[in-house]
Amino acid sequence: MFGSIDPSLLVASLMVAATPILLAAIGELVVERAGVLNLGVEGMMITGAVCGFIVAINTGSPYVGFAGAAAGAALLALVFAALTQWLLSNQVATGLALTLFGLGLSSLLGQSYVGMRAPSLPRVDFGVLSEIPFLGRVLFGHDPMVYVSLLIVAGVWAFLRYTRGGLVLRAVGENHAAAHALGYNVVAIRFAAIAFGGACAGLGGAYLSLVRVPQWTEGMTAGAGWIALAIVVFASWRPWRLLLGAYLFGGVTVLQLNLQASGVAIPVEYLSMSPYVVTILVLVVMSAGRAPGSLGKTFHAST
Amino acid sequence: MKETLLSLEGLTKAYPGVVANEDVSFDIRRGEVHALLGENGAGKSTLVKTIYGLVKPDRGRMRLNGAPYEPAEPKVARRLGVAMVFQHFSLFDALNVAENIALGMENPPRPRDLAARIRDVSETYGLPLDPFRTVGDLSAGERQRVEIIRCLLQDPKLLIMDEPTSVLTPQEVTILFETLRKLSAEGTAILYISHKLEEIRALCETATILRLGRVVGTCDPRESSARQMAEMMVGGELLVPEREPGEGGAVMLEVAGLSAASPRPFGTALRDIGFEVRAGEVLGIGGVAGNGQDELLAALSGELRTKPGMVRFKGDDIGRRGPNERRARALLTAPEERMGHAAAPDMSLTENAVLTANVREDLSRHGFLRWGRARAFAELVIERFDVRTPGPDRAAMSLSGGNLQKYVIGREILQRPDLLVVNQPTWGVDASAAAAIRQALLDLAAGGAAVIVISQDLDELMEISDRFAALNEGRLSAPRPARGLSVEEIGLMLGGAHDMEVAHVDA
Repeated sequence: MFGSIDPSLLVASLMVAATPILLAAIGELVVERAGVLNLGVEGMMITGAVCGFIVAINTGSPYVGFAGAAAGAALLALVFAALTQWLLSNQVATGLALTLFGLGLSSLLGQSYVGMRAPSLPRVDFGVLSEIPFLGRVLFGHDPMVYVSLLIVAGVWAFLRYTRGGLVLRAVGENHAAAHALGYNVVAIRFAAIAFGGACAGLGGAYLSLVRVPQWTEGMTAGAGWIALAIVVFASWRPWRLLLGAYLFGGVTVLQLNLQASGVAIPVEYLSMSPYVVTILVLVVMSAGRAPGSLGKTFHAST
Repeated sequence: MKETLLSLEGLTKAYPGVVANEDVSFDIRRGEVHALLGENGAGKSTLVKTIYGLVKPDRGRMRLNGAPYEPAEPKVARRLGVAMVFQHFSLFDALNVAENIALGMENPPRPRDLAARIRDVSETYGLPLDPFRTVGDLSAGERQRVEIIRCLLQDPKLLIMDEPTSVLTPQEVTILFETLRKLSAEGTAILYISHKLEEIRALCETATILRLGRVVGTCDPRESSARQMAEMMVGGELLVPEREPGEGGAVMLEVAGLSAASPRPFGTALRDIGFEVRAGEVLGIGGVAGNGQDELLAALSGELRTKPGMVRFKGDDIGRRGPNERRARALLTAPEERMGHAAAPDMSLTENAVLTANVREDLSRHGFLRWGRARAFAELVIERFDVRTPGPDRAAMSLSGGNLQKYVIGREILQRPDLLVVNQPTWGVDASAAAAIRQALLDLAAGGAAVIVISQDLDELMEISDRFAALNEGRLSAPRPARGLSVEEIGLMLGGAHDMEVAHVDA
């Protein structure tokens, strides 16, 4: 039944399919490791999608578009940061509000852009490398954002594991009262993490509107932000597991689309739910980690 | 006279509605061990936080080595040689020892060099510690060592210690004192906060006593009695619990072969525990936290169900009965954790009264609450146990630890238990409230009830227990009459010093 599917094409397209979720999830991972639960990923992604699209159309450059997407979504994330960190609002409620707000804001901003086509993002030219059978296509045939997303994952992993900044960030997420007692600025560190998370979600959204689709449609993220949130949890807040989870999800998505196209005798509904089921099953089986100790708790420096 | 290291001049700090420190002045000399005494709410914490740069005083000045000292944040304080070992809240469970220590340093070396330095310092001061273990897996004593070593790595001139011995076994306390004396001999001044007056008499050279934010006295603890100091703290005469040794009545609770897995991750399983408690008797159960205390309490309260025959109360097998059925039979409990276990922090005192007293005080009918009765019961607890609060409508979390503890214990005692099990009844409670709680427990026993007190405070257990048993890694030693037990015997019952040795200290 897999006869009609080319494996190298499958792997290559799963990487593309997974990139938006991967970007949004790695940003959220940093936010959650700092002890903040931002449920507004979906809202930030779609805001990034529309901002990136508008900037790219008006400047003609997809790169500037991505920068605009990151900036726009980070700005939205800072609204969340101000509400939860200064005004001590509830993180869950504020995050949900941020999603609803982002969905509305993006359709307002994007009204006059519906139906336009984004400037395309060229593939990175690796020369002869891309002619290696199988590997060439899988590893060296992508647009720059796929590599950027992988670099961000590696960067986040190294930052959390090897740098002082990463240690402080983990400490703030683990026990904010203790970090405060040691003299670390919990609120400032969380602001930075939230902004980074927003920027990553924005990049993920822009990848949808500028590369995958590439058009602006209302509500085009279609739940990708929620999947990103789930993957962070099931990956036990670890970057490499998160990469695995995102690619697994992307892979099963692409595979089931291919199966649908090849007319396999499985009802479409089952195929459509399969990416969610498989991803969650695999990550549940693997998950052994625990959440950051202060995740989702409001921090108020009482002394 | 040694020269002055830190002098405080007229420090004042007010919070809305309360003056935490008022015109506090005293000097700490180089290399001295200086005790800071006072009840809960006397302003000790605010004062040390001021010295450590966490709190900015409204008025007053500090001088360190003669130069003005105004730390804006703990980093500045640490750079100038002031370090602090916190009572709690300052370690990160998910991180390892070296990472925890690095977080408290200004310029931490690379992880490998840091690990070597940690081993160095820990050997010099007789505090063995593996830099790569996860802090969440360490015992309370080991966790404290992490904090002490974190401070020592910065060559502090002043080390502030907030209630350092409350979680340690007697042997661990001895080792800690050796370390502190060695530090003091090397010229490090130590500001030592504790409720335990005998310890202060054994360790400190000077004591400053705070009451309601003011300095009310200074003394040399080596030449004052614990009673004198306690009376300066409370500003009046201290009532020491008194009791007549009780005649053992009928067997109230019989526990035999009690084994059960812990319901929590990282908990301690109970292993073959057996004892009995008679009416009118106080059984003290000692042991370092994490050795099965919470699990034992859960097995007695009914939160943890056990196999048939393991727990019998008044002859009935109650192993499979839940907490409310046990309450109905007059077996009541007061767990250790006040916030979230013994009381729901955000709910009012009246609502908290209903949570455990519903069954015995008849506080609901046909599923509807009888608010009038509930409120009256809460008011009775407040009045009889001298709980300082504006009224029963206040949220539990608005009470200080000592007051909430009095409320929690009082709530159970006023339900006329035949067996009361309490865990850490006076944890973090000041001397006068602790005395009141102990007296109430003794009065309860004198009235014919059986009482089980689980505590880490051995002085407390010796004071109120008829018989004493030690809990170690989920096993209970055979209970022995408390009268006449020596500290060494108790230490042995507690299972030794948890891989600590008194050696090394002179190295």
